Amino acid sequence: MENFIYVDNAATTSVSKEALNAMLPFFEQNFGNPSSIYPLGQTANKALNDARETVASCLGAKASEIFFTSCGSESNNWAIKGIAHKMLKKGKNHIITTVFEHHAVLHTVKALENEGFSVTYLEVHEDGIVRLDELESAITEKTALVTIMYANNEIGTIQPIKEIGEICRKHNVLFHTDAVQAAGKVEINVYKQNIDLLSLSAHKFHGPKGVGALYIKNGISIEPLIEGGAQEKNRRAGTENVAGIIGLSVALKDACDNMEERNKKLIAMRDKLINNLLTIKCSRLNGHPTKRLPDNVNMCFEGIEGEGLLLLLSAKGVYASSGSACTSGSLDPSHVLLAIGLSHEVAHGSLRISLSDENTDKDIDYILEVLPPIIDRLRSMSPIWENK
Amino acid sequence: MIYSEKVMDHFANPRNVGEIIDADGVGQVGNPKCGDIMKMYIKIDNDIITDVKFKTFGCGAAIATSSMATELIKGKSIKDALNLTNKAVMDALDGLPPVKVHCSVLAEQAIKSAIADYYTRQGIDPAPLVGNIPCCDDEHGTCHCPN
Repeated sequence: MENFIYVDNAATTSVSKEALNAMLPFFEQNFGNPSSIYPLGQTANKALNDARETVASCLGAKASEIFFTSCGSESNNWAIKGIAHKMLKKGKNHIITTVFEHHAVLHTVKALENEGFSVTYLEVHEDGIVRLDELESAITEKTALVTIMYANNEIGTIQPIKEIGEICRKHNVLFHTDAVQAAGKVEINVYKQNIDLLSLSAHKFHGPKGVGALYIKNGISIEPLIEGGAQEKNRRAGTENVAGIIGLSVALKDACDNMEERNKKLIAMRDKLINNLLTIKCSRLNGHPTKRLPDNVNMCFEGIEGEGLLLLLSAKGVYASSGSACTSGSLDPSHVLLAIGLSHEVAHGSLRISLSDENTDKDIDYILEVLPPIIDRLRSMSPIWENK
Repeated sequence: MIYSEKVMDHFANPRNVGEIIDADGVGQVGNPKCGDIMKMYIKIDNDIITDVKFKTFGCGAAIATSSMATELIKGKSIKDALNLTNKAVMDALDGLPPVKVHCSVLAEQAIKSAIADYYTRQGIDPAPLVGNIPCCDDEHGTCHCPN
């Protein structure tokens, strides 16, 4: 389809022109390996270091604290396994996380659980926010790491990161946050927020796929996940994805430089969608109404199943997503929606719309025009709606 | 996941959607936890299914298999309808993704359930004629209902 409205930016984003143009020379003339000593290699090396500086400045970190990876999942795996294994040597075998983390975190802590670690999964309550007192009381002398996502990938709820960091600091426990959905969208300052490790991924903020980063606070000892060469200060082997890293840095800087103005526009579009969709009978907004990402709308419409909604929206040229399992090849409904207390049948009827500043007010009007008749149509076919 | 053109056609333009107020048999199968519920209504005249309608809560494949199943049994004898397998429904739709095979099983079960209801209303024990209608068939190994 030629014309479509893309509102699935939490899944991935388009690569910005600026990021793409900055990357292109590093595929062609500047293709050198940053580890090589001749000028071609050193050109790449300098670009790599510049990118590291840029990313650090966007996070309020030092360049020496930024490590490039292949994706957000690698960053999460590395942070959690790398710290857990190191801390186990100090006798610490307990990890605290939440029930609604991304699977890159949940499956990683599950793997550690299978190794013998004990894990506390904090509830996120109806609003999709962790409670600080519950976190604090979960910390024990054995706690090696607290890993709590910055903002949720399905319902967009933003966690009290600074306060979580303070609690962790007070109890001398390391704090990792999966900021894959938050980076470039909300202001992050790793020092002010007491963050020890932070994961991000370029393709969520108009950078390329296949590149991410992990911030590791200076002085923290971590085991490598990928063994091999001496890249990334001996901590992450593998020839650097120079072009991708440059794309990441340019996209992140752009996202951070224009954050305030962009968020104002996004929040206006988001709230227009939410307020209008809430006028549909038996609809609900999932997650806290304001403590959420500026680009995230997540709604449930009772009586219908998410996949049908997505297919009919797609036929109208609107590309969105669902917490519904059907889209991911599994039949279980979203663990995130179940975590905020939704029943299975309601959780099956969810719709996630994630905006970017490429969207316009016209897009929102179009969605609001085509969506209600689709919901009516699916409800008219639904045997569980007839009793309403 | 990629659906065949036929699945998309039956999903986007489902045949025989609705209810039959004076149905001779009504069957409902599935489980809201699984995300699929099918309800089928049949009219029977002289052992022939003269009309059939359905309502389905579920994914694209669930709606498409319901639609195709109703087409395949409309105007057929009860015996033919009971012989309709989920595989025949799938084949008629040019196949389903593996994770959606259970939808065709539900369609088969929905028909059997409606016919069983018809027999019950006639004062006939449906069990020997229709057989067991398992809920969310484990044999097919694709439906993981967290009951």
